[in-house]
Amino acid sequence: MDENKPKAPLAPSEDQAINKVTFSEKWADYKKHPFSMFLYILVILAAVITVAVLGYLLVFLLVKGIPNLKWSMFEWNYTRENVSMMPAIINTIIVTALCLLFAVPLGIGSAIYLVEYAKRGSKLVEVVRLTTETLSGIPSIIYGLFGFLMFAVSFKWGYSLLGGALTLAIMVLPVIMRTTEEALKSVPDSFREGSYGLGAGKLRTIFRIILPSAMPGILSGVILAVGRTVGETAALIYTAGTVAGVPSSIMGSGRTLAVHMYALLSEGLYTDQAYATGVVLIVLVVIINWISNRIAKKFGNKLG
Amino acid sequence: MENNQVKERGMKILFLIAACASILAVVLICLFLFANGLPAIFEIGPGKFLLGTKWDPTNNVYGILPMIVGSLYVTAGAIIVGVPIGVLTAVFMAEFCPPKLYKIMKPAVELLAGIPSIVYGFFGLVALVPIIRNLFGGSGKGILTASILLGIMILPTIISISESALRAVPRSYYEGAVGLGATKERAVFFTMVPAAKSGIFAGIVLGIGRAIGETMAVIMVAGNTAVMPTSILSMVRTMTANIVLEMGYATDLHREALIATGVVLFIFILIINLCFALIKKKEA
Repeated sequence: MDENKPKAPLAPSEDQAINKVTFSEKWADYKKHPFSMFLYILVILAAVITVAVLGYLLVFLLVKGIPNLKWSMFEWNYTRENVSMMPAIINTIIVTALCLLFAVPLGIGSAIYLVEYAKRGSKLVEVVRLTTETLSGIPSIIYGLFGFLMFAVSFKWGYSLLGGALTLAIMVLPVIMRTTEEALKSVPDSFREGSYGLGAGKLRTIFRIILPSAMPGILSGVILAVGRTVGETAALIYTAGTVAGVPSSIMGSGRTLAVHMYALLSEGLYTDQAYATGVVLIVLVVIINWISNRIAKKFGNKLG
Repeated sequence: MENNQVKERGMKILFLIAACASILAVVLICLFLFANGLPAIFEIGPGKFLLGTKWDPTNNVYGILPMIVGSLYVTAGAIIVGVPIGVLTAVFMAEFCPPKLYKIMKPAVELLAGIPSIVYGFFGLVALVPIIRNLFGGSGKGILTASILLGIMILPTIISISESALRAVPRSYYEGAVGLGATKERAVFFTMVPAAKSGIFAGIVLGIGRAIGETMAVIMVAGNTAVMPTSILSMVRTMTANIVLEMGYATDLHREALIATGVVLFIFILIINLCFALIKKKEA
């Protein structure tokens, strides 16, 4: 705080700051304001650390992981020799699909109610908003515990893909709800008015006008939810279980890719295979993120 | 026409039911957790359970204080590591970042948020643990390692929320400060950041929630011994880790004690959520 002097007259180079500033001018300026320079350096340093950490993580895992990828890891059946991740990939797809089957209609339906039907300031909306926020703050292990108590114990399902999928459906519900809500809100009211003006009912307006124009936003939210289910571990260990094969029905136990990775690590014998699984997981997540971003951007939808 | 009206009505009710799903979910989660966890707490004795420093399931001794302390230490460590870097990165992205660089920064932060926690855990195990081991000796697993890893994991939460809070501050604040002769940095740090304070704070609270609830990453690097930590390098077990590690084989009271651990964690989370809601309300 000891450099309060610059408060007085403007330094000449600051006059020109609207136009281009050369590096040497900037440097001269910073020399006059050491505290500002210090703050600037801190900010740059933080940004560099953030990017460097991500870079290090990606490079480290890819460089060490890619040489460990072998074709035998993608054979159809898991054995102790090939430690195949194919069954885990299939289980991941099944669990994700089942999870979306429940979460997408519920999430979209509930968002439609909140945006299109509920009256402003209604008590129900407030409660729903509060509970959605609570849901999105609950850590996955609590979901896992709940899913275990409800599906595996109370319903006597034991460990099952369905139980895991239902647990995850509750977990991703707030993600889908929030993105759908935002997408519905971003549809201009003139669309609704136009549709009503032409004599369409509320339902027809929703399904023919509002949902199609909100589709990109909704889709990017759904893909975000897919990303969360693919990477989830803690909620699945005690709901879908850790069996290494593909079960004969959705009531059987099976592990997804992320749980597969955990199982390999906790057995302690398969670090190389864990590297390979990590690479596959990261690549999947990068692809999923990228698609979600592309969709959101392509349609000019400003979603977070 | 009649038919149409029935359809309109019916769908409205269906949407309403969907809207109630999240309420039902919260009620069910509370119900199942409390119904299965509370009896154990009273059977063991709330004082003994919450303040007992010994966790020894084979002798039916269940004290979770080491785990509570472990969770708190690790979370505090994550805040110390993650908050300064996260907030400053948000300042960079909102105020200092050239548009070209922003196109890289934004996806990078999103990717950081998307990486599964088990992958973070693995990264911590194979990359961070050896570094800490070489620097400080010991096993390399413990509070310090877990704090650093969690600090990294909460970065995207803090960055994205702080950034949008900074962007929501009216531009005139900045212009006024610069107009009065402040340097860009001073304008940002002494007018923009204070104005975005509550948003930034909300981001930090959310980060705390993420850190205290994190499971798979912590399990890999914290060492998981259920004793009171004595130094920053000692191994700890968090409440989340306690559940995952022992749920697989626990029976009877042991299992209920684990569920009760979940209840305690859940209460922590509810308090954090409440703080978050209060901050947001104040902001609005």
